[in-house]
Amino acid sequence: MLGLNTKDTTLLIVVAVLALGAPFILNPFPEASSLAQFNAGYPDLMQRFAIFGIFAIGFNILFGLTGYLSFGHAAFLGVGSYSAVWMFKLLGMNVLPAIALSIIVAGLFALLIGYISLRRSGIYFSILTLAFAQMSFNLAYSVLTPITNGETGLQLTLSDPRIFGQSATSDGGIPVTNLLPGFEMRETFTWEIGPWLFQFNTGYYLCAAFLLLAFYLSVRIFRSPFGLMLRAVKSNQQRMHYTGLNTRPYTLAAFVISGMYAGLAGGLLASMDPLAGAERMQWTASGEVVLMTILGGAGTLIGPVLGAGFIKYFENIFSKINDSVLHGWFGFMPDGMENAIIFVSHFFVGKSWHLTLGLLFMLVVTFLPGGLVEGGQRIGRLFRRKPAKDPKSADMKPAE
Amino acid sequence: MGILEVKDVGKRFGGLQALGDVNLSVAQNSVHAIIGPNGAGKSTLLNCLVGKLIPDSGSVMFDGQSVLGRKPYEINQMGISRVFQTPEIFGDLTVLENMMIPCFARRDGSFRLHAFESVNREHDLVEKAEQMLIDVNMIDKRHMQTASMSRGDKRRLEMAMCLVQEPRLLLLDEPTAGMARADTNNTIDLLKEIKETRNITMAIIEHDMHVVFSLADRITVLAQGTPLVEDTPDKIKGHPKVREAYLGEAH
Repeated sequence: MLGLNTKDTTLLIVVAVLALGAPFILNPFPEASSLAQFNAGYPDLMQRFAIFGIFAIGFNILFGLTGYLSFGHAAFLGVGSYSAVWMFKLLGMNVLPAIALSIIVAGLFALLIGYISLRRSGIYFSILTLAFAQMSFNLAYSVLTPITNGETGLQLTLSDPRIFGQSATSDGGIPVTNLLPGFEMRETFTWEIGPWLFQFNTGYYLCAAFLLLAFYLSVRIFRSPFGLMLRAVKSNQQRMHYTGLNTRPYTLAAFVISGMYAGLAGGLLASMDPLAGAERMQWTASGEVVLMTILGGAGTLIGPVLGAGFIKYFENIFSKINDSVLHGWFGFMPDGMENAIIFVSHFFVGKSWHLTLGLLFMLVVTFLPGGLVEGGQRIGRLFRRKPAKDPKSADMKPAE
Repeated sequence: MGILEVKDVGKRFGGLQALGDVNLSVAQNSVHAIIGPNGAGKSTLLNCLVGKLIPDSGSVMFDGQSVLGRKPYEINQMGISRVFQTPEIFGDLTVLENMMIPCFARRDGSFRLHAFESVNREHDLVEKAEQMLIDVNMIDKRHMQTASMSRGDKRRLEMAMCLVQEPRLLLLDEPTAGMARADTNNTIDLLKEIKETRNITMAIIEHDMHVVFSLADRITVLAQGTPLVEDTPDKIKGHPKVREAYLGEAH
């Protein structure tokens, strides 16, 4: 189907079901229960899952296939966000032109940075991309204030022209982003089933649609001759040169494609919440997508999406568990014991969620170099219990 | 007029004259061996032919066109394929994927953005690659990861990757260097088979006399950067200058 083989089609269908059913899947706990704080099925977080999934899928096309580790991909995401917000300011509140411009501008920016950075490989390439991203961050933060509004960040105002829309709504507010007039991004339909509460948000479904498209395109690229060439770049550039292949345009194309994915993610971020700040381009943001990809499984199809979801879940759910929540959990214990347990767990949740993430990352990288996907495969093999009958067919498709 | 004409090629590394006025003519459909003791300049010469080094003087013409100043991939696209001293293959890919890459390079040139086609649907190329694997006796390994293969198999695959491009000149840089005896014999057999079944021009740089004398139509002996003699294997065998170069009577 759609030019994919059976296995890839199945994978695509699984991702589609997960993406469309996310409001149910991520809200397994009844609204009133004490476990409800582990629910992730609210629009804001679901949008982030999808958007950072797209970002990581794109990053994986560069890093997973060619092995070129870019440490500056957040710059493209930031540029995408700024472009989108400018479209909202100048043109109107429809998200599609904004997203289109985000992709184009990020692609051009990636072409420029990639053209220069790809003259080097390995650590030098990483450092060059990092340097460019930090330059972009600093430019956005200070010098380019007329375009980026500096440290305040770019926001919509009532005095924006919006030539195809209106500067202000009839009640004097700033208009909101929409797909079609009246089809607003923030619109959420709430469905109560017994004690459960499910939220269906227009913005999320737009993100999910783009996620599916992004995922589908990435599968096609992985299976294409172009994808094979990118894997060859990672494997042996010398052999490529002496096989009559010019590696530079291949790596540059991969860089631009992944930059465009980042631009799409940035455009979607701005479409969900029309503001853009320089901190989106900072090196920590670039590092985050590297973590997502490696944690999920670099070079695999589904890994980056898993990694993105995993990290965003931690960032939003674990960080909410503060001391008072802990007291609620361990309140049944004798006081001394309770305080001791809270003292220890204090370092792993709430504001210290990074520590848990760091430990998990260390464990994954040490014991599962293939990321969460490898973990899943190992568990799958345990359950199948078939004495590795067909290692050949497994070898055939190293990139899944 | 040979398919490859090397004229007065010189190359100097600092104070070392690595090559001095090398002249060489490789005739079409022949196997031309270049032998010589260590440090004779064999590898330097080869690197000048494939675009890795640019000679200081002289000219290298392939089929009437100069190769000097061209990038390795451009020279390959002209029809020169190269086998390395240590097999250079794509270690992270399967045997068949390794074979598909030169097939694409041959059909699509040095770059093409074919991101929405599918490798598995290129039936013609897959068939071509598999036929070549049958020819070199590796078809049963086509889904194997290459990293785990023996040196001899890697060499065989590298050779197949070069041959599937249908090169007009195949350059081999010490194809049996560092190989176990069995692998060496294996490789010689393969090269003989290639020579007999395909009309292909080959230039071999080799250390191992056994390999050279069982394959070459003509032999050039290189010593201290200059060709000593060029002749048929039979004549070379008993040539006093060759003995001198190898046994070092000059000192």
